[in-house]
Amino acid sequence: MSVQTTSHPSARPDWVWHAGLIGFVAVWWLVYRQLIPLSEWITALFPVDRHSHTGEAIAFFFYDVPKVMMLLTLIVFAMGVLRSYFSPERTRALLAGKREGVGNVMAAGLGVMTPFCSCSAVPLFIGLVSAGVPLGVTFSFLISAPMVNEVALVLLFGLVGWKVAVTYAAFGLTIAVVAGWVIGKLKLEGWLQDWVRDIHSGATAPDAADDAPLRLVDRYHLGIEVVREIFGRVWMWIILGIGIGALIHGYVPQDLMARIMGADAWWSVPAAVVIGIPMYTNAAGVIPIVEALLGKGAALGTVLAFMMSVIALSLPEMIILKQVLTLRLIAVFIAVVGSGILAVGYLFNFLF
Amino acid sequence: MDIKVLGPGCAKCKATADLISRVADQAGKAVTIEKIEDMRQIVSFGVMTTPAVVVGGKVVHKGSVPSPDQVLGWLA
Repeated sequence: MSVQTTSHPSARPDWVWHAGLIGFVAVWWLVYRQLIPLSEWITALFPVDRHSHTGEAIAFFFYDVPKVMMLLTLIVFAMGVLRSYFSPERTRALLAGKREGVGNVMAAGLGVMTPFCSCSAVPLFIGLVSAGVPLGVTFSFLISAPMVNEVALVLLFGLVGWKVAVTYAAFGLTIAVVAGWVIGKLKLEGWLQDWVRDIHSGATAPDAADDAPLRLVDRYHLGIEVVREIFGRVWMWIILGIGIGALIHGYVPQDLMARIMGADAWWSVPAAVVIGIPMYTNAAGVIPIVEALLGKGAALGTVLAFMMSVIALSLPEMIILKQVLTLRLIAVFIAVVGSGILAVGYLFNFLF
Repeated sequence: MDIKVLGPGCAKCKATADLISRVADQAGKAVTIEKIEDMRQIVSFGVMTTPAVVVGGKVVHKGSVPSPDQVLGWLA
């Protein structure tokens, strides 16, 4: 997102890009439908029995890796194009002057749509707070942005199924709205770091968003750029995660996880949340493992709680936020979001 | 020419500073690049996403590593 929009000097006319995109999606679809035979064919090349532990693990790996990579390419591209219509500046303009309640819901939704990288969390936080966006509304944004992201949703959809993906998105948004609302009600503006509080009290209306209009082809370029960036960051995690998932799939005894992470073990949900906080991997690494654990009898609620905790409550992010929030406020943040995750975990274990 | 790169020391911010000095070298332009990592100074420029680039006191780019063409445009 540049202020000075220098569009790429593409000599090709626009229709070539549109046609190319349609062609790509068509080829994508044809290949995607052939993934099972393809993975069976590759597995048959290995000198192992297809129905042995090793055979199962290999088939799992060679089906899931290309499947997830293909889904990611398409969805991340689509999200990249869609997100080019949103910018942090526009989000700020939309949220400024919104009251709590409506503001929390909007902020959680915009958290999903606004391009966000955790290294920009602090300037974004300041930008929102200084424009007069209420603290609780700002938190709704900060909770939903990392938690409900397309990489997590694609992996859940591809590996675990669409129902779990939709449920995860719905409850992720709910936690963001409710936790932000609760933090807003607690009136903790005084627990910001001093220099941020000064900005907050002198909040002024933001300048109008000054987005230069982009052509659709420029948005394609942005989408491709995002795909390259996300792949560069997560491909190793995906292969590692699916590799570990494949091992669990092939070798871990069927009911081991049912005993440790099953619905009957009430302590497993809080344990999953606590273990998840210091773990910092992204969705790409943790979800393949989650899928394998589910297959071995781990309870859905426990596993979801673990996943949300890993993604939404991470130590590195706390350290970044320490620059703007006092420790007390960070503790409240962890407590409120953690309780929300706990509630989701128990609810799911109860329902399913 | 005085160029500031705003960013809390993330990989993209470093890549931005490196790119600008490389492009400036190739173009034969003398620039001084100042990396600003202090959060208070960064937000005082009003940017919400990093890395951001400031040329002559004005924010010309934010949120991503710029393209070499964009950098050339600022140096002109």
